[in-house]
Amino acid sequence: MSTLQPAKLLAIDVVRLAAYGLTARPLRVVLSALGIAIGIAAMIAVVGISTSSRAQLNQLLSELGTNLLSAGPGKSMFGEAATMPPESIAMLGRIAEVEMVSAIGVLADARIYRSNRIPVSQSGGLAVYAARLNLLETLSAEVAVGSWLNEATANYPAVVLGARAAARLGIGRGLIGQQVWLGGRWFTVVGILAPVSLVPMLDLSALIGWPAGERHLDFEGDITTLYLRTAPDAVEAVRSILAPSANPKEPNEVDVSRPSDALAAEAAADVAFTGLLLGLGAVALLVGGIGVANTMVISVLERRAEIGLRRSQGATRGHIRMQFFGEALLLALLGGGSGVLIGALVTIGYAHVMGWPVDIPLWVPAGGMAATLLIGGIAGLYPAIRAARLAPTEALSVG
Amino acid sequence: MTATIVSLRNVSRGFAGGVLALRDVSLEIGRGELVAIVGPSGSGKSTMLNIIGTLDRASAGTVEIDGLAVENLKDSQLSALRARHIGFVFQHFHLSPGVSALDNVADGLLYTGTGLRERRERAEAALCEVGLAHRLDHRPHQLSGGEKQRTAIARALARRPLLLLADEPTGALDSTSGEGVVQLLLGLHRAGTAVVVITHDRDLAARFDRQAAMRDGQLVEDTRRSIR
Ligand SMILES: Nc1ncnc2c1ncn2[C@@H]1O[C@H](COP(=O)(O)OP(=O)(O)O)[C@@H](O)[C@H]1O
Ligand SMILES: [Mg+2]
Repeated sequence: MSTLQPAKLLAIDVVRLAAYGLTARPLRVVLSALGIAIGIAAMIAVVGISTSSRAQLNQLLSELGTNLLSAGPGKSMFGEAATMPPESIAMLGRIAEVEMVSAIGVLADARIYRSNRIPVSQSGGLAVYAARLNLLETLSAEVAVGSWLNEATANYPAVVLGARAAARLGIGRGLIGQQVWLGGRWFTVVGILAPVSLVPMLDLSALIGWPAGERHLDFEGDITTLYLRTAPDAVEAVRSILAPSANPKEPNEVDVSRPSDALAAEAAADVAFTGLLLGLGAVALLVGGIGVANTMVISVLERRAEIGLRRSQGATRGHIRMQFFGEALLLALLGGGSGVLIGALVTIGYAHVMGWPVDIPLWVPAGGMAATLLIGGIAGLYPAIRAARLAPTEALSVG
Repeated sequence: MTATIVSLRNVSRGFAGGVLALRDVSLEIGRGELVAIVGPSGSGKSTMLNIIGTLDRASAGTVEIDGLAVENLKDSQLSALRARHIGFVFQHFHLSPGVSALDNVADGLLYTGTGLRERRERAEAALCEVGLAHRLDHRPHQLSGGEKQRTAIARALARRPLLLLADEPTGALDSTSGEGVVQLLLGLHRAGTAVVVITHDRDLAARFDRQAAMRDGQLVEDTRRSIR
């Protein structure tokens, strides 16, 4: 006599059963998969957008370099802005690890206007600086239109405008060569800068040549801010000796910073925000999971006759459990899969609009699918157990 | 291999609420036998058929199917027993809507451990046997009542069961399609399957080799009372 051993369901048959169960009720399947899809898509997009934005900042940082140091005016003991002596440029240049030194000096009394007919009070908050010729190179900044100052124009009343300064003055691309009213005389606009990522303050500034300042606007040559590039591995070493070297008499009044730190901090800053949105995505996912559980419970109730029939044909409780559990998993996977797809598309679209590189680390879709399986498994467990517990005769008596 | 395929000895079945649907029923059915079970509604016919088919367990008494004592078998072993040896036919067919006749029948072989291709081959053969070779791809709503029940019979016989249990198989059919179904059941019996049919129809029952009549949960008449 043969032992009574129930046959195992082939894996392909479990999948087929699940697919059959779902295709029989397409609308309900779409609606309950949608819940999961929204949750997963939200989480993928949030993480994808934030990693892409970080990738963009990191790319920017590596282009701009993290070896730029600035030494600016701290407040002196009496609260007035301190300056540094002109000799500090030469002094810092003698340090072996310093590759490049540049500087700007503020012309505190100079204002810039579109023309000499604008009332003095409407200066637009723009600052005027005298700049060393190597400033652009030191800051990895670029000219958007026109040209940067050169040996010749540095002596003349010529001005280069920061990107936002040009916009405020209403100087467009075509207006190179235009005259502006600066410090009580006419200056010619020779160029407009592209935004300076490392020193955004310069976007709202007008830059003139060092000698031009001295010749035309009574600039005394005191340095407001020093910018220097160090050897890549000597940033900290130079940083520690920068203040005493820049202003030996009053080292405490020198404010040393690393401009790239601000960008790096920006990259870190959206982590908190990302966490919040991620939490919202998780809530959506949870609600989606409850939707799947609900759908499956209803499905079990409606399909009692089918369950009874299968039991009469030799299905064990385990077979029935596996069928409904598989169906819940497949339902969740459908939602999760489309969620990953939607989330990735949203990320790609957003990054495209922002001009960022797309960066979706592999763990993001993998994590999304894992979360989906977990949710689907939990959601399917109770309905599956309930389906398997149904007595065959009770199930059959429905139809 | 025993000559007896079903043996009920002093079987009772009570339900919650104090209903005693079967009282002390003893019945033996031999291999290949053809039995009609008759009796008024509520007399316990379906309850007995479910116990014979191992879909339900007796509250008292012993049940043996193919020589195996059901009370000693686990639920999963009973499932295996049904998959291998027992076919069911119901009054309301229980076909899956939206699935072709072929796949309805093939699905009936799902728990026998055969692959899809073999299930379909056997399903096609079974459908040809019941005269539905031209209806393989029809869905249940495209079939007449008689064709639906013949599909259900094909689904049961595709497993080549030793025992076929039919609970009012013609109850939902007109007399012509009912007759077609009866002919199929008789044919199965001739081919060696034990066939047990519940019916309200006294004329139909009279055509069976053996009739067992039930009333109030008891077997009140059996044209082949087992000896003992
Ligand atoms: N699951 C159940 N729970 C309670 N009572 C039941 C159940 N199944 C059947 N009964 C009762 O048992 C009796 C016999 O039912 P049944 O075997 O279906 O009769 P028949 O098939 O002869 O019409 C009836 O009184 C019925 O109400
Ligand atoms: Mg009945």
